[in-house]
Amino acid sequence: MESNKNTAVISVIGKDRVGIIAGVATLLSQNDINIKDISQTILDGIFTMIMMVDLKDNVIENSDIVEKLNALGEELGVTITIQHTDLFDRMHRI
Amino acid sequence: MITDYEILETMKMFKEQHLDIRTITMGISLMDCAASSVDECCDKIYDKIVRYAHDLVATGEAISKKYGVPIIHKRISVTPIAIVAAACNTSDYTPFAKTLDKAAKACGVNFVGGFSALVQKGYTNSDMKLINSIPEALASTDFVCSSINLASTRTGINMDAVGDMGRIIKKTAELTADRDALGCAKLVVFANAPEDNPFMAGAFLGPGEPECVINVGISGPGVVKHALESVRGADLGTVAETIKKAAFKITRVGELVAREASERLHVPFGIIDLSLAPTPAVGDSVARLLEEFGLEECGTWGTTAALAMLNDAVKKGGIMASSYVGGLSGAFIPVSEDEGMIAAAASGGLRLEKLEAMTCVCSVGLDMIAIPGDTTAETISGIIADEMALGTFNNKTTAVRLIPVPGKGVGERVEFGGLLGYAPIMEVNKASCADFINRGGRIPAPIHSMRN
Repeated sequence: MESNKNTAVISVIGKDRVGIIAGVATLLSQNDINIKDISQTILDGIFTMIMMVDLKDNVIENSDIVEKLNALGEELGVTITIQHTDLFDRMHRI
Repeated sequence: MITDYEILETMKMFKEQHLDIRTITMGISLMDCAASSVDECCDKIYDKIVRYAHDLVATGEAISKKYGVPIIHKRISVTPIAIVAAACNTSDYTPFAKTLDKAAKACGVNFVGGFSALVQKGYTNSDMKLINSIPEALASTDFVCSSINLASTRTGINMDAVGDMGRIIKKTAELTADRDALGCAKLVVFANAPEDNPFMAGAFLGPGEPECVINVGISGPGVVKHALESVRGADLGTVAETIKKAAFKITRVGELVAREASERLHVPFGIIDLSLAPTPAVGDSVARLLEEFGLEECGTWGTTAALAMLNDAVKKGGIMASSYVGGLSGAFIPVSEDEGMIAAAASGGLRLEKLEAMTCVCSVGLDMIAIPGDTTAETISGIIADEMALGTFNNKTTAVRLIPVPGKGVGERVEFGGLLGYAPIMEVNKASCADFINRGGRIPAPIHSMRN
């Protein structure tokens, strides 16, 4: 996946069920967050979805998107995390 | 290109393996707060701390949200108060501790370190006043931490101060007896104290440090343990390599957070302290990590060797990840703050003598250890003297944070709550060392201090 200054990774992990992608995508569209890339697999028997999204205006810290994703995660029975891409670049690249 | 595997690995580190940034600590110099009047000095201290640190907590929380990285503590360290207050006409330094406490509360941080003195070679009048004020200062404040440097490889060991601190620790315990001697959990004595340590209770801003600086302490014993679980049965070279890789990743998170905090607060970045700092939570234990090497219980034979290797590999991995590594940097082995240590101490397998051996190769020392309330001041000084000798003669930092719990004896338990945890009271050798301690004077610096 591509990474740059203004992107974040949304990861969704949990038990597979109907409507996970739809739920997350709807929430993001309601909050004007553009999805650039999606990948989805079943890893070790666990549903795993990773999305790359565009960030505008430091949306992670300046809005309640984290709280909204947490609430949606609870509703769908999955764990949803949003993290700025810089974190992964720093941790996994020299 | 970041792979899905890397993203998931990262997420698991935070969600399942308790990786966190343990503390963002802002160091603030109080050198310019000196005044002859106590009130004036206290006002200057309060104003300066609040002026510099009022955005610290909010900034930490914003960074935490942006990266999804838990940042547990935001803290402040200051110039040793024995230096700042030296010009004041008073013998009681408690008002300075109360001022620090008030400033910490105004900024929303949960600890402020620096009710400190550096007396490795001898006392100034001000050092003496500060040390005598410690029991009252810690009993009458919530967030103030005190540290005293008693020895260094360059100077040897100030045994007069070692003797005094045994009595001060006892008195601090008595004044906070209603809270299981909680005051002693906020008091630590050092050999070779680092001047840029972000971790409490030993944080202070040394005289050689800048006006204001951001130091970050990271943690993650759970991440290293998890990594070792994937190489069970492999030879120790593989184990070292695995630890280094995990330490590298952990340290990079710390560096990212430190640099961003420094930029947002317009304060220079000082150092990353790449320590494995445990908490009482299951899965966040250094003892369990040592057991992953192949030990039935932490404290058995092989523990010191495993800890030596762990400490070294953590540093080697971390040093590659950041050019500015400082503070204590290594594995912490506090008893009450580590679920596995508590279990090993409670079963009797981990004894004070073994912990002392372990401090020869870890980054700190005898930390958060509850001992019987009837332990004499001289015996406490004797324990401190041994630990100071290990640090001084091996050219490393060592520390002692003992809690003699009034009214309690071996086998009983003491509860501090939160990150300070709980601990079984450990047995102490009762044979007297009083005549040794009462000799006083200085233990001369070791021969290898002569490096010029």
